[in-house]
Amino acid sequence: MSQPARFVEKLATGISGFDFIADGGLPLGRATLVTGTAGSAKTVFASQFLADGIRQFDEPGVFVTFEESPEDIRRNLFSLGWDIADWERRGKWVFIDATPQPEEESVVIGAFDLGALLARIEQSVAQVGARRIIFDAFGSVLLRFPDLAMIRQEMLRVVAGLKRLELTAVLTAERMQEYGEVVRHGIEEFVADNVVILRNVLEDEKRRRTLEILKFRGATHQKGEFPFTIVPEAGVVVLPLSAIELKQKSSNLRISSGNSELDRMCGGGFFRDSIILVSGATGTGKTLMTTEFIAGGFEAGERCLLFAFEESREQLFRNALGWGVDFEKMEAEGRLKVMCVYPETAGLEDHLIGMKEVVEEFRPNRMAVDSLSALERVATLRGFREFVISFTSFIKHHEIAGLFTSTTPTLMGGTSATETHISTITDSIILLRYVEMHGEMRRGLTVLKMRGSGHDKEIREFGISADGMNIGKPFRNIYGILSGMPRHLSPSEADRIGSLFNDEV
Amino acid sequence: MAQVFSFSLFIAGHSSRSETAVKNLRSLCERWIPGRYRISVVDVLESPEMAEHSKILATPTLVRLLPLPSLRVVGDLSDQARVALVLGLQSSDDVPPAS
Repeated sequence: MSQPARFVEKLATGISGFDFIADGGLPLGRATLVTGTAGSAKTVFASQFLADGIRQFDEPGVFVTFEESPEDIRRNLFSLGWDIADWERRGKWVFIDATPQPEEESVVIGAFDLGALLARIEQSVAQVGARRIIFDAFGSVLLRFPDLAMIRQEMLRVVAGLKRLELTAVLTAERMQEYGEVVRHGIEEFVADNVVILRNVLEDEKRRRTLEILKFRGATHQKGEFPFTIVPEAGVVVLPLSAIELKQKSSNLRISSGNSELDRMCGGGFFRDSIILVSGATGTGKTLMTTEFIAGGFEAGERCLLFAFEESREQLFRNALGWGVDFEKMEAEGRLKVMCVYPETAGLEDHLIGMKEVVEEFRPNRMAVDSLSALERVATLRGFREFVISFTSFIKHHEIAGLFTSTTPTLMGGTSATETHISTITDSIILLRYVEMHGEMRRGLTVLKMRGSGHDKEIREFGISADGMNIGKPFRNIYGILSGMPRHLSPSEADRIGSLFNDEV
Repeated sequence: MAQVFSFSLFIAGHSSRSETAVKNLRSLCERWIPGRYRISVVDVLESPEMAEHSKILATPTLVRLLPLPSLRVVGDLSDQARVALVLGLQSSDDVPPAS
């Protein structure tokens, strides 16, 4: 008899990020089908369910393998840094080898059941006191017996047996395409009340791995696809990006931008845990502003972190020295860390994890990313948006001031994807623009947005010299700078308009 | 020299399917290779480690240990003629069955 409205308990898997989107974990004492195309990391996910059970909860597990030999699995998982053989010796992990025995011919004549498999499972479960079990490539069993109806019924019986043994199970099965029918034969679908889909989609020449919980019968979970990546030691790391809660505190504490005139324009400096976006075309002075921001933090006794995605270390250090900032000395003192990374060396998810690790390890008070838009190159638009949201909320959570630069697509300005995605979550926006005046290129700066504070609304001219950025007077008699189409007003016209409004502010 | 046959038959408990398989195997052997066979019946519910060792998945599973190469027949062996053929009970120097 069914018990209506019974609360389905969850078992925390320990898989980073997964328990969050699964609202606690996998349904306890039930089987979950994990499906995906070849190479979608089904085996890693399933193995990790056991590995994290051992590592985090001291829960032993049973690995029933239907396709790969235990020897192959040990070797493959060793590349992630997991010593399965050691867990086996300590009685935490046990293999049941249910792979076809190629050296022996096998024929089916008459009725059969999977009683031997069940007996072996019961024995192994009792042997290590397992609470977790996985069937890797469970779908392949279907191909080994000719009578589909019979094997189907038997698979159901085995899954029912797992329930009787109060095991939480992960069953993997391969599917042929990323979208569409859940699995081949449509069989495993009714074997498991719970279905998780792993995808490995090629989008704009970029690989994007995602995980989706399709259903948890009678239990809640987050909906939609969540990106994940695979990193050594940890294994599968799910990034619950769109599920991030907006719970950041905000601070009224001001910190210096590293440039006293800019501080004044911002009404006394940036807020301590704010996100600042600096937008400008190449060569307008974004890296300079980043350098001053870092130097300002260092002078105030803060720990500073700089991620540079566009320039090499040598180039960056030389430039900084040219503006009177000695990164090398600052690093030697241990309060600055400069990470120069080429965006193309990894996928965005891996960058995200790597950057978070550095932040958690170094614990900076402020950090800068120069430039954020360089990372656009290695991601899809959606992936990039998720990255930005995830990373900015991460540093906000850690109460770190973050300055991000963004390169505009054209020399005269315009909006990049970075700005589209980040502008609403930034607290401050600063624009750097080229201004053409009387046949000469000048540079202009304006504070476009300063959340929670008054700020200078003028567009100020600035110069770059050996002591950095010198912010000068506002541009007069010129308009249309931000649109990239500066127009000049003749002085008489400006005076006339000025006299229409006797407004000094 | 007449070939000796050695079999292991894995069954799961004393179900009717198990009984059928045992009965079918014995009658096959009596009919084709009387006095030239050894059968050991393994109940996987009692000796799961034996199933583990031989990597048995389904029951009943008949393993022909001798003559080599070893081979497996899964199922209750209900189609006796086919089983006899697969197991190689019928060979040129065998006496044809009396029936």
